[in-house]
Amino acid sequence: MSAVPEPAVAWLLAAVQTLLFIAAAPLLAGWVKRVKCHMQNRAAPALIQPYRDLAKLFGKDVVMAENASWLFRATPYVVFGAFVLAAAVVPLVAAHLPTAAIADMIVLVGFFALARFFLALAAMDIGTAFGGMGASREMTIASLAEPAMLMAVFTLAMIAATTNLSVVIEHNLHAGLVLRPSLLFALLALAMVAVAETGRIPVDNPATHLELTMIHEAMILEYSARHLALIEWASQIKLMIYAALIANIFWPWGIAEEFTVAALALGTVAISAKLALLAIVLVVWETVMAKMRLFRVPQFLGFAFLLALLGMLTHVILETGA
Amino acid sequence: MNLAQLTLYHQALLFAAALVLFTSFIMLATARIQPLIYAFAWQGTLLAVVTALVALVSDHPHLYISALLTFGLKALLIPWMLHRLALRLNIMHEIEQIAHPSIMLMAGAVLVIFSYYVATPIVHLSTLVTRNTIAVSMAVVLLGMLLMVSRRKAVAQVIGFMSIENGLFFAAVVATYGMPMIVEIGIAFDVLVAMVLFGVFFFQIRASIDSLDVDRLNRLSEKGE
Repeated sequence: MSAVPEPAVAWLLAAVQTLLFIAAAPLLAGWVKRVKCHMQNRAAPALIQPYRDLAKLFGKDVVMAENASWLFRATPYVVFGAFVLAAAVVPLVAAHLPTAAIADMIVLVGFFALARFFLALAAMDIGTAFGGMGASREMTIASLAEPAMLMAVFTLAMIAATTNLSVVIEHNLHAGLVLRPSLLFALLALAMVAVAETGRIPVDNPATHLELTMIHEAMILEYSARHLALIEWASQIKLMIYAALIANIFWPWGIAEEFTVAALALGTVAISAKLALLAIVLVVWETVMAKMRLFRVPQFLGFAFLLALLGMLTHVILETGA
Repeated sequence: MNLAQLTLYHQALLFAAALVLFTSFIMLATARIQPLIYAFAWQGTLLAVVTALVALVSDHPHLYISALLTFGLKALLIPWMLHRLALRLNIMHEIEQIAHPSIMLMAGAVLVIFSYYVATPIVHLSTLVTRNTIAVSMAVVLLGMLLMVSRRKAVAQVIGFMSIENGLFFAAVVATYGMPMIVEIGIAFDVLVAMVLFGVFFFQIRASIDSLDVDRLNRLSEKGE
């Protein structure tokens, strides 16, 4: 925090970081897919395959149901916009950017809720059975995942005495070696919520189009061309947001605190390495787990909520004490 | 109390205490017998770690013996006996239907808050380095009771009972730096004998009602079906 840069430079950096975030999200998705294929002894697609898919989708003509309303057309833009804004809030390469100061972790959860709300509305807008089913499942999961995520956020907020992401990261960075059980529980809770919210195994299978089990895919079944591209891209950004959140909050080492070229380069390398490793962990988890029945998902998320609650309780009981 | 100012051993002690509490919740959420036994063994291991760390932090060397005793008995011997019993009864992979699993977990969280509330006056008066873990040890006792209340299978109830004993031992270690050695050894043997007796009971219960579901003990079957 030594060198306080001029506002213009800081805003420019914030914009660049957000763009980098959005541009790198398909790359992370491609990396996850590639590692997973290697893990399961399959031929892996190229790392840039998600970009090709997006480009292909953007080049196609939109086909829309005839009873689609303006809501159906507007939703992809709302969803994508919400995730771009959310990506702007999350520190990726550098902390203390001006965008991180204008919104905190609770607003981040709010962005996710906004996107989900519109997606569920659009899914029901056409009136197909699958859309309604997907929307109902998504909302069921969300209504359980959101309290767990908020509780984990509150635990972090109590430890660092702030809800601002940059300050939380900085607090963890400068705390040194402190064994905090609450952080471990918050990490586990956040990881479980991330798995549920990004539609990974065991809650949802991102690779399937099998009608009876899909959740997220069922909602976007009616979308095509650029609308579909925007939604797919948004869900890739969502995965990246969760990964960057977990990586930077719990392993903040390497994140740039001052806006020099060396620090920013180090920050970029550090976050790339962290995300790549986190993706490998995710893939291993997805490979060893079997998808659970839909009716067991509430139990899974109930446990995530309990972990987050336990994080807060251990913080109050053990770490603060009387 | 500022966590960052404590020594690393002290922090590790609090960390291990939190994990002991966590294993209690794992047991509450586990429906199958095999993971339940493993979770119980982990709780015993962590309890031994806590005891050893208390010995280190508070400079009470006799607690090392307690830690060894705990490890041998609660992390190895009793889980091994339970494991063998479960194998012989052929219930290793049996899944018990837990009624309202999420509500059970939330009830567990409520019990933790309750024990925090109860322990707060003690914590205010105490000057021990381990005073913050007193609430956790009480919570482990209450969670063991909840496990016993919520399950119908005899093996799960026995594990709940053993978990209560774990909690009591935990409380004794952190609230008074352990009991006199003779008492501790006596309790250890009591627990061992209880375990052996439970083993006999399992076979008796199964022989007489053809199941380990203790709810069936409520039914009188004099008429003969």
